Formats: sequence, C-alpha cells, structure tokens
Amino acid sequence: MSFLIDRRQSSKQKSLVNRQRFMRRYRKQIRQAVAENLRARSITNTQSGEKISIPARDLREPIFHHGRGGRVTRVFPGNEKFVSGDRFPRPQGGGGGGGGPGSSDSGEGMDDFVFQISQQEFLDALFEDMELPNLTKRQLSGVEEFKRVKAGFSREGTPSNISIIRSMRSATARRIALGASKRRELRELEEQLAALPDSEDTLPARKKLEERIDQLREQLARIPFLDDFDIQYHRHSKEPLPRSKAVMFCLMDVSGSMDQATKDLAKRFFILLYLFLSRNYEKTDVVFIRHHTSAKEVDEEEFFYSRETGGTVVSSALELMNTIIEARYPVSEWNIYGAQASDGDNWPEDAQRCVTQISRLLPLTQYYAYIEITDQGDKPLWETYLDIQQHHPESFAMQHIKGPEDIYPVFHELFRKQTT
Amino acid sequence: MKKRKPICTSSDWNFEILQDYEREIARIAEKFKLDTYPNQIEIINSEQMMDAYASAGMPVNYHHWSFGKHFINIENNYRRGYMGLAYEIVINSNPCIAYLMEENTSTMQALVIAHACFGHNSFFKNNYLFRTWTDAGSIIDYLVFAKNFISECEERYGTDEVEVLLDSCHALMNQGVDRYKRPYPISVEEEKRRQREREEILQQQVNELWKTIPVKAGDDAKDKTVRFPKEPQENLLYFIEKNAPLLEPWQREIVRIVRKVAQYMYPQRQTKIMNEGWACFWHFHILHELYREGLVNDGFMLEFFQHHTNVIYQPSFDSPHFNGLNPYTLGFGMMQDLKRICENPTAEDKRWFPDIAGSPWLDTLHFAMRDFKDESFILQFLSPRLIRELKLFAVLDDEQHDYLEVAAIHDEDGYQAIRETLAESYNISQHDPNIQVYSVNVRGDRSLTLRHEQHNGRPLEPESTTEVLKHLHRLWGFDVHLQSVVSSLGKATVKQHYDCPEASDPEDDLI
Repeated sequence: MSFLIDRRQSSKQKSLVNRQRFMRRYRKQIRQAVAENLRARSITNTQSGEKISIPARDLREPIFHHGRGGRVTRVFPGNEKFVSGDRFPRPQGGGGGGGGPGSSDSGEGMDDFVFQISQQEFLDALFEDMELPNLTKRQLSGVEEFKRVKAGFSREGTPSNISIIRSMRSATARRIALGASKRRELRELEEQLAALPDSEDTLPARKKLEERIDQLREQLARIPFLDDFDIQYHRHSKEPLPRSKAVMFCLMDVSGSMDQATKDLAKRFFILLYLFLSRNYEKTDVVFIRHHTSAKEVDEEEFFYSRETGGTVVSSALELMNTIIEARYPVSEWNIYGAQASDGDNWPEDAQRCVTQISRLLPLTQYYAYIEITDQGDKPLWETYLDIQQHHPESFAMQHIKGPEDIYPVFHELFRKQTT
Repeated sequence: MKKRKPICTSSDWNFEILQDYEREIARIAEKFKLDTYPNQIEIINSEQMMDAYASAGMPVNYHHWSFGKHFINIENNYRRGYMGLAYEIVINSNPCIAYLMEENTSTMQALVIAHACFGHNSFFKNNYLFRTWTDAGSIIDYLVFAKNFISECEERYGTDEVEVLLDSCHALMNQGVDRYKRPYPISVEEEKRRQREREEILQQQVNELWKTIPVKAGDDAKDKTVRFPKEPQENLLYFIEKNAPLLEPWQREIVRIVRKVAQYMYPQRQTKIMNEGWACFWHFHILHELYREGLVNDGFMLEFFQHHTNVIYQPSFDSPHFNGLNPYTLGFGMMQDLKRICENPTAEDKRWFPDIAGSPWLDTLHFAMRDFKDESFILQFLSPRLIRELKLFAVLDDEQHDYLEVAAIHDEDGYQAIRETLAESYNISQHDPNIQVYSVNVRGDRSLTLRHEQHNGRPLEPESTTEVLKHLHRLWGFDVHLQSVVSSLGKATVKQHYDCPEASDPEDDLI
C-alpha cells in the first residue's frame, strides 16, 4: 500500500522561522559585521545583500566528548604497505591517521561561519531602532495618485478582463452538472442495448432503446460549451497611493582643506543616509552639490573623487540647493532631506549669508543634518550653525565626527527613535 | 522468462511512471519477504529538501536557532556547489514517509524507491532496536504535540526563556537516552503509564530533595544519610526532568520532549552501517530483478551503476578524499558477503561461519537484519574476505608513546583483532563519554555530582565539558561537579575535575 504525494507546491519556507531565530540570536554580531561592511559599498548600491561572517566559536553547540589522549585503536581501509608492528610518528593536526571520531567535532580550527543575508535583512540590522524624524508630515497631506490592484472577480466587465481559467472552470462545472443525469441514463441504456441478443424478437425493445439513446445524445449535444453566465471578469479597484518620494541633498565642501580621508568619512555618512531614506520611501532621488568658493551640481563619481582647491563659501551651496528645490522638487510633492559634510572652515564674511540661506531652507526640508569632520575644536561653521540649531531643534541637527568609528554612532544618534 | 516492455526509457519521470515503478518494486520486494510499513512517497523540490535536512529530517519539528544555523550552512554549501543534496530522506514513521527530490531522473527515482521505501522501511519495521525503542505510529503526532507545546511556551514565557532551556537540553541530548532498560510491553502500556503518573505525583510529594525538615536531636543524621540517587543514573535528562529542584512544570515537559526525540534518534545512531547496507543491498537486487524481467533497459542500468558505485566508493586512508570508513561501503559489502557465504561458501567461510555457511541466504539476511546492531553485526559477520577486500588495518594510538603502531592488518593473525576493534568503534559508548549522575548532596548545598568513567584512559575534552556543565548548571539550579575517574580493582581515582560555577581555587580540588 503506497501513496504518492506531490508536495512541490507546499510551502518552501519551513526553515524561515529557524533562520530568523538564528538572526535574532546573533543580532549583535550581525550588526557589527554590517557596520563593518559599509566601508566597501557604493552609495547607491542597495540591490545586493551582504555577506556576514561570525566567528565559528560563538555558535558552537557544546556536547560532552572525548579529548585527546588515552589508548585508542582505529581501523582504516586501503592498507598497501604496513605490516603489524610497524611504527610511525603521530601526524600533527587533525588529518591523517590521528584524526578520530573524537577530534573532528571539537570545532577548533574551523573558519568563521559565513553566510549571506538579504538586502532587507541587511538594512533591518543596520537601521534597527532608528526612524526618520518628521516622516509623517507630508504623507498625510492630499493624496492624488492611484494604483490599480486586483480585487477578485466579477460577473461584469470588459472583454479584455475576462479570466479564462475561471470562465472555463465554471463552464466545465455547468456542463457536468447539466449533463450528469442524462449521461448516466445513456450509459445504462447502452449497457442494456449491448446486453440484448441480436435477434428478431428483441427488435422492438432495441428500437425503443435506440430511439431514447439518440434523444439523449441530442439533448447532451445541446448543452452549450460556453454560456454567457460562465464568463467571469477580473475586477480591479483603485487604491490611493500614499506619496512617498524623497530627495536627498548631499552637500560637501571640496576645498583644499578637505583631503581624501575626510571625504571618505563623508561618503560613508551619505551612504547610510541614502540607504535609510530608500528604505522609507519608494523613490529616493539624490542630488550632489559640492562647493568651494562656488557651488556646482555633480554626479556621484565627481562628487567624491574629483580634486579641487580654493577657499570656502558655504552659502553658495545652500543657495544652489534652494534654487534646485524651487526648480525641480516642489515641496508639496517631495520630502526633502539635507545632509552637509564639511571640515568646518568658512569665510567669516559668509556667516551671515549662511544663516539667511539656511533659514529659507529649513521650512522646506524635513530634516537637515550637518556633520563636521574634524579632530580640532569648534570651527567657524559650527559656531554659525549652533545658533540655528537652537532655533530649530526639530529639523536641524549637527554632530561631530572624528574618525570612521564615529560615523555609525553619530548617524544612530541623529536618527534615534523618539520615544516620546 | 518472457521479457516485458520497459516501464520508462527516458530520464524524465511523471507520476504514472513512479506508480508503475513503485508497483513493480513492491511486487519484487514481497517476493523477497520485505515486510514494510505503508509508504507515503512525497515529491519535493531542492529547497524543501534543505528544509527537511535542517530539522534533522523530521517533517515537523519545534523551532530553534540551531536548526536555522544548520539550514544556512546547508544552503551556503549547496548554492556554492560544495555539496549535493541527498536524493531522498526517509522517516521512521508509520506510514513511512519518504521524500524524493523532483530533480532526480526517472532512474534515480526508481533507485530511491527501492532503497528508501523498501530497504530502509523494512529495516525500520523489523530491526529489534527500532521495534523496542521507537513507536513509528505515533512519532509524527508526538512531534506535532511537541511543536505546539513549545510554541505555546514561547508565547507564555518568552522566546528567550525557551531558547536557553532548549540550548541546555540539546547539550545533554546524547546523555538523555535510556540504553538498557526496556520499555513496558505495548499491551499494558496505557495502564503502566497511568501508574507511572501516579508514582510521579507521589514522588513529587516526597521528593527527596525537598525533605529539609530538621531531624530531631538525638538522631544521628550522618548514619542515616540515604544516598541519592541510590544507584548511578545514566540518563541525565531523565534525572533532570524528575529531580531538578527549581524547574517549572512546563520546563520539565520541554526536557522530556528533547529526551523523547533523542531516544527516538538513538537506534539510528546505532545501526548506520546495517541500515544503509540493507537498503543498498535491496536496491541493488531489486533493480537487477527489474532488469531481468525486462522492465528496465540497459541505459537505466548504466545510470544506476554509476550512482551505486558513487555511493559505495571507499577512498583509501591516504587519499585526500578520505573521510572515515564509508558506512555504505561497509554495510553493502557485508550484506553482499553474507549472501555469498550462504550461497558459495569457501573453506575459510566454513571455518569462520559454520552456522550460516550454506544456509538459505534470504533467511540468514533477514535474521541478521532483525536481531543485530552495528557493533554486534560486525562482530558476528565481518568476514576475512571482506577485510582483505577493503584492506583494513588497525592503528593503535597510545598517549604513552610518541608514535602510532599498526596493531593488525588483513592477515591470518589480524582478522580477529580487526573485527573486534572495528565492532568496538561502532559501540556508541565509545563515542559518547560514559557520564552518570553519581550523587546529590541532599542535606547540604544540593549540589549535583556527575562521574565520567574513563575508558582506555580517554579524558574529556576540557573546553566543551566546561560549556556543557554551564548548561547543566542552568537546568539543575545549584552547583554542579563532574569527576572524570579511572576505576581499577573497585577503586576510583579522580583524574579530571570540573565545577560549575568554577571553584574559587580549582587547584585545591585536583586530586
């Protein structure tokens, strides 16, 4: 007695829960690995997941087992040259003749446990307990776009929406239901007919049966293959689409005082911000503005790697940002985020203009973050911004970054979940 | 015999072909007196196969991170092409569930049906260890119960709480089985179960550990101190379940679940060689029978031989591919050899196996399958001829010397020694250290003392032992000690000493 069952369509994700348990247990290690992996990523690479490596000894499941020592005799196959009594030095390490059942599962010398996490898991680990400030503000405002979504089936609709499978299925069901009793009778009559001997005295009976059979066949043939009410249509309904577009402005000082190391630090900060935004919004634009004495909109490559020299006029960048917002990113449609990285240098004469520009900017943006990458004390720009921050603590934030190890904590600090 | 039409000539399969193969194989299996549970053959894809792997081959299992780790590992290796997946997984249940991969060719499916659904299946149903220790009819139900119970506990007491408990239980899983005590006969099992339950309730009321009422003055407590447990206990999880003072009832139930699963798995660990050997022997003979009847063609057989030889390939000890003795090779070799001894015994066979040489082979094989485990099977049936074929040799590794010595090779003097050594190495108590509950300090600090009896002077591996003791300490709730002893002439000498929590000055405790 055997049964064959096709399980291929059943759920494949039986181990999903166990995998999540694993991720949960090693959250700390995974977060650490994720933070380290950030260095190598390009700013807009959000497609790929990440390889995570955890020291194997952290995941050991200990059991009682024998250590080395004592008298052990083991049997091996493939003897070509030994005779009993032969002696040879004990091989070092686990391999060869010395490796026995006990020594292989001690777990020592094993490499790190490396595995791949998906992009989603990567970002989850990265942005755990963080949130975008003021996220809700513009999502609640007027909704204008709609998305067509499938919403079951209906009896009415346009021919282009006919669901063939559903229609054919109900047609088949109808044909079976309508013809069942007739077919049954037909079958019985045919059997009776076949049972009757082919002779003169059964002729009337056979004639009668044949007539009835013909009648039934005709009736069966009259059942339509496809009827009007078999036809079913896909139904669609419109769902309002919450607007979720964001634009992120990356502003960076590229004057002579910013060396490549400082730019790298800034880049990493921008990567984080980009990843974070693209997680919260369906569409995220990035605008790169670099400046020395004058500002210019550039692409990513140029933004991070071109060399410039000269003095520093911060307000030029802020002004350009204002211009771009006006031209391309109407505030009613876009959530605007600004991130500025600088070593803090600025012309003293520029301070007042900066304040003017940023005061114009802040009402337009959701959040504006300034990071100062310097290991010295407060620089001129910091002093300028300090005043602004006191006036707009909800939408303006500033932090110091000294080295690579600060980036993630600072970012974490800027976007910490507000518990109130 | 009149040749019949081959069932299938292409490598693609469909359900009709599988059914045809299954029917024909079942017919042949019956001819060979293979007594099986009903088969439930399930076709799954590779991803589901990895799922099945990860939960220890069980179709349902409770959730635990270690299964997730296992899964990730398998997934990695499979995706990178380091390993292929097994063609099948078969579960000791009634009906016997066998998972077949959809990627298998039609030849493979036939091979796997013969191997798993008739080979392993009949082994599960008839081998004495499985008959004694596992209850194939109820295992799936029990696992469903266990899964639901554990997820209920997770909801009620928190996932972390349950997880650490399972961690601790898993660490002691190998020490959580009964080895010698036979369960009660099935017929009165229900009655006995109820009785045991009553006993447990009684026992809880008079739990030795809780009898802390001070004795009256005048009684000499020391003289009356009853040793607890009265005899050493080998099943640590059982001991914990019944006696750990601080566990909640739900925790005891989880300990019990892990213990039950360990017990269910235990026969499989003891019959690896026989089980695989038996299954390989039968797929080999059943498929040959199909060929003889003309139900499969030459192409089928060529593909079959390729898979078969891959499975039973044994690299030599000095080959880079060597990874221990291949249980398939040894098992299949021994089963084939048994048949040969029965059918064409040589003078040597008659001397070594006077009782089976020349006997009807089918009966002898069934006898060997039913009443042995790996250790006794090898001890009884490994023939000098097979030792020569595999060129087996034994190496003695004694820590007293800085060299290894070849103790025996495949010659007249060595056969017996190799047979004994090999059999001994399949004795589970060689693998798992012999650790038992030695005593509980009932009147004092309630500390638990375990003893490890060293065998051939083999010590415990210190690092993992310390870790496992932490788990044991979590379950027991009070101090835990472990002594590794060497007994000679009834006197035990402590060689290693572990404490959890660690003693302030461990040097003092070394004897």
